[in-house]
Amino acid sequence: MLSLSHFLILGAILFAISVVGIFLNRKNLIVLLMAIELMLLAVNMNFIAFSHYLGDIAGQVFVFFILTVAAAESAIGLAILIVMFRNMRTIHVDDLDSLKG
Amino acid sequence: MEFKTFVFYFLAVIMVFAALRVITARNPVHAALFLVLTFFNAGGIWLLLQAEFLAITLVMVYVGAVMVLFLFVVMMLDINLDRIREGFWSYLPVGALVGILMLVEMVMVLGGSYFGLEAMPAPPTAGEGFSNTRELGRVLYTDYVYPFELASLVLLVAMVAAVALTLRKRKGIKYMHPSDQVAVKREGRVELVKMQAEKED
Repeated sequence: MLSLSHFLILGAILFAISVVGIFLNRKNLIVLLMAIELMLLAVNMNFIAFSHYLGDIAGQVFVFFILTVAAAESAIGLAILIVMFRNMRTIHVDDLDSLKG
Repeated sequence: MEFKTFVFYFLAVIMVFAALRVITARNPVHAALFLVLTFFNAGGIWLLLQAEFLAITLVMVYVGAVMVLFLFVVMMLDINLDRIREGFWSYLPVGALVGILMLVEMVMVLGGSYFGLEAMPAPPTAGEGFSNTRELGRVLYTDYVYPFELASLVLLVAMVAAVALTLRKRKGIKYMHPSDQVAVKREGRVELVKMQAEKED
C-alpha cells in the first residue's frame, strides 16, 4: 500500500539529484536551467502528494501557479541566454567576467 | 505487491534514472531529452495521485512547449562540449557529499512514522462521476480567481519580455512598412499630366 512517505521520499531524491546537478554543471548554463526545472518538479510532487492525502485541492491550485511561473522563468532565462550568445559568441561561464574590476 | 505499488516503483525507478542522466549527460541535447522522460514519468506518478488535470498539463505544457523551447535553444547555440565539462569531476566529490547528506536527512524526517499509513491514511477512492478537472476549475475560478488572473499577467509579461529581449534591428536589410502601404493615398501614387494633343497631318 502506498503511503505519503513514498511520494515525499521520491520528491526528496529528485531534489537531491538536482542540487548535485547544480554542483556538477557550474560551467553549463543550459543544464543549470534544467536542474532548476527538476527542482520545481520535486516541489510540485510534494504539493500533489499532500493534496491527495489531506484531501485538499488547494495544493493542486498551487502546483498550477508554480507551473505558470516556471514556464515564464524558463522562457525569459532562455531568451537571456540567446541574447548573451549573440553579443559574446559564447555561453561559457568563465568568459562572463566583464564586471570584474 | 499490489499493482499500484508496482506501477509506482516502475515509474519512480525510470524517473530517478532519467534525472541522473539529465545532470550527467555529456551532450545538452541528450540532457533535454532525458528531462522529457523525467517529466513524462512524473506525469504518470501524478496520475497515481489522482491529479489528472495537472498530469496532462505537465505533459502538454512541459513536454510540449518548454522542452521544445529548450531543445530549440540548445540546437541553436554553438556549444563547446569540452569546455563546459571542465571541472565536472573535480566538483563531483563535494557535490555528491552534499547531495547524499541532504537526502539522508530528508529521508530520516520523511520516512518516519509521521507520514506513514497510520498517521495519514490513504483517502477514500473518489466516487463515480467525480472529476478532478471540474473540481480544480471550480476552485480556480472562484476562490483563486485573482491569483489566476495575476498568473495570466505573469505569462503576458514573460511573453513580451522574451520577444523584446531577442528582437533586434538588422542593418542593411530592406524592410517593408505595412503602415505606410496602408496609409497611402491616391495622390501619392497617381500623377495626372496635362499635355498637348499630338496632331497628325
